[in-house]
Amino acid sequence: METKILGYKRDNGRIGIRNHVLIIPVDDLSNASCLAVEHNIAGTLAIPHPYGRLQFGADLELHFKTLIGAGRNPNIAAVVIIGIEPNWAKLIADGIAETGKPVAYFGIEGYGDLKTIERASRKAQEFVQYATSLEKVECELKDLVVSFKCGESDTTTGLASNPTAGVVGDRLVEMGGTVIFGETPETTGAEHILAKHFATPELGAKFLKIHKDYMDLIESKGADLLGTQPTQGNIAGGLTTIEEKALGNITKAGKTPIIGVLAPCEEPTVPGRYFMDTSSAAAECVTSMMAAGATLHIFITGQGNIVGNPIEPVIKMSANPNTCINMSEHIDVNISGVLSREINMEQAADKVMECIIKTSRGRLTDAEALNHKEFVLTRLYPSA
Amino acid sequence: MSSHKFLVHDDGDYVGVAIQDIQTGEEVLGVELHSGKEYHVKSNHDIPLGHKIALQAIKNGETILKYGENIGVATADVKIGDWVHTHNLRTARWDYGN
Repeated sequence: METKILGYKRDNGRIGIRNHVLIIPVDDLSNASCLAVEHNIAGTLAIPHPYGRLQFGADLELHFKTLIGAGRNPNIAAVVIIGIEPNWAKLIADGIAETGKPVAYFGIEGYGDLKTIERASRKAQEFVQYATSLEKVECELKDLVVSFKCGESDTTTGLASNPTAGVVGDRLVEMGGTVIFGETPETTGAEHILAKHFATPELGAKFLKIHKDYMDLIESKGADLLGTQPTQGNIAGGLTTIEEKALGNITKAGKTPIIGVLAPCEEPTVPGRYFMDTSSAAAECVTSMMAAGATLHIFITGQGNIVGNPIEPVIKMSANPNTCINMSEHIDVNISGVLSREINMEQAADKVMECIIKTSRGRLTDAEALNHKEFVLTRLYPSA
Repeated sequence: MSSHKFLVHDDGDYVGVAIQDIQTGEEVLGVELHSGKEYHVKSNHDIPLGHKIALQAIKNGETILKYGENIGVATADVKIGDWVHTHNLRTARWDYGN
């Protein structure tokens, strides 16, 4: 099997496998200008979203961390930022500029959309011509930061695809790579087992504290997760309780110890396996991991979640034979042979590794080919 | 290769998982994932792919094991070969509806 990947070596030494010029709106009002720039200049990628006005405190910080993280991601070559006011646009630009990549920002107030679009388009053209002059170089698999999440899970996820994802993650970590998984709510029912996978008791306790805080938040709303976890799709797929779902979920944590607990969008500092405190909602979770610098996502599905991300290519794997046939355009790696025992988990992991290498060398994932670009910011509470 | 219709995670699990649709009255073969241990069960219900089949009798209120772990509590008596899902198993996490 080919083990070398091709990547773009960024000025800070990080490796990307895509080479977009990103157009970031600071706020909802700036989406129109960003989309106009994307329309004007080939090779640009706008990430419209509905937020960024009158947020405050930790919620505003997370907004900035997500947008800065998107720009910092090694799959991005250069960034144009547009905001209604220039000061928050500058704050985001400064956070991205630390990586050494070209960044420019524009405020709409005092100019209007049309002048802003012209100024930003001229800069975007310059950035695209810079980006397209960069060449991919041979890199190692360990240079990728790979994130993992499962969605529309069913019992086939716990039987075959999550444990296979665990094997893939272990292989990457053993090579010196970095892998991230998360989904705080979906560990419920198996959190005591997952806590033992952490490298130290202190890290296990840190994870359990995050989980307890989340449970307390649910209780403070006078609610529980029944009716939400498992989802209707999970139940249709045979999962009955949140414990059953969680026990399947945590098998993607593999066997290598978890060396860190990350806040949403927090970049890992040294190689190894990490847990990130995230929502279980697919697009929110992938967006948080992308903003932490993950360059390739492995998404495990049973019933057929179709999520993608604009910046981080999403590879989808499934062991459900019905989904692999009925939704074949969404499933990059079919490992249903594990259920029929035609292949074992190591062979299934080989298929996923092969797809990782092909994707890093340029093959579009199914989600990319189908234009799935879900960029979803996590909100912590309502705006002012 | 066996013509198994369900898989079992761990020795001692109360339920297996159908990997093909199972019909009422069908005599089905199950295989344990790692050991390859075989199970023969006659199904009492139609059990769709991905859904659970009982491998032993379970009393109402008893904890049900899968992955060798607790996945919830039986809300009715369950016979060998029964379909196990939301009608006879609930989470032990929230005392919902009680």
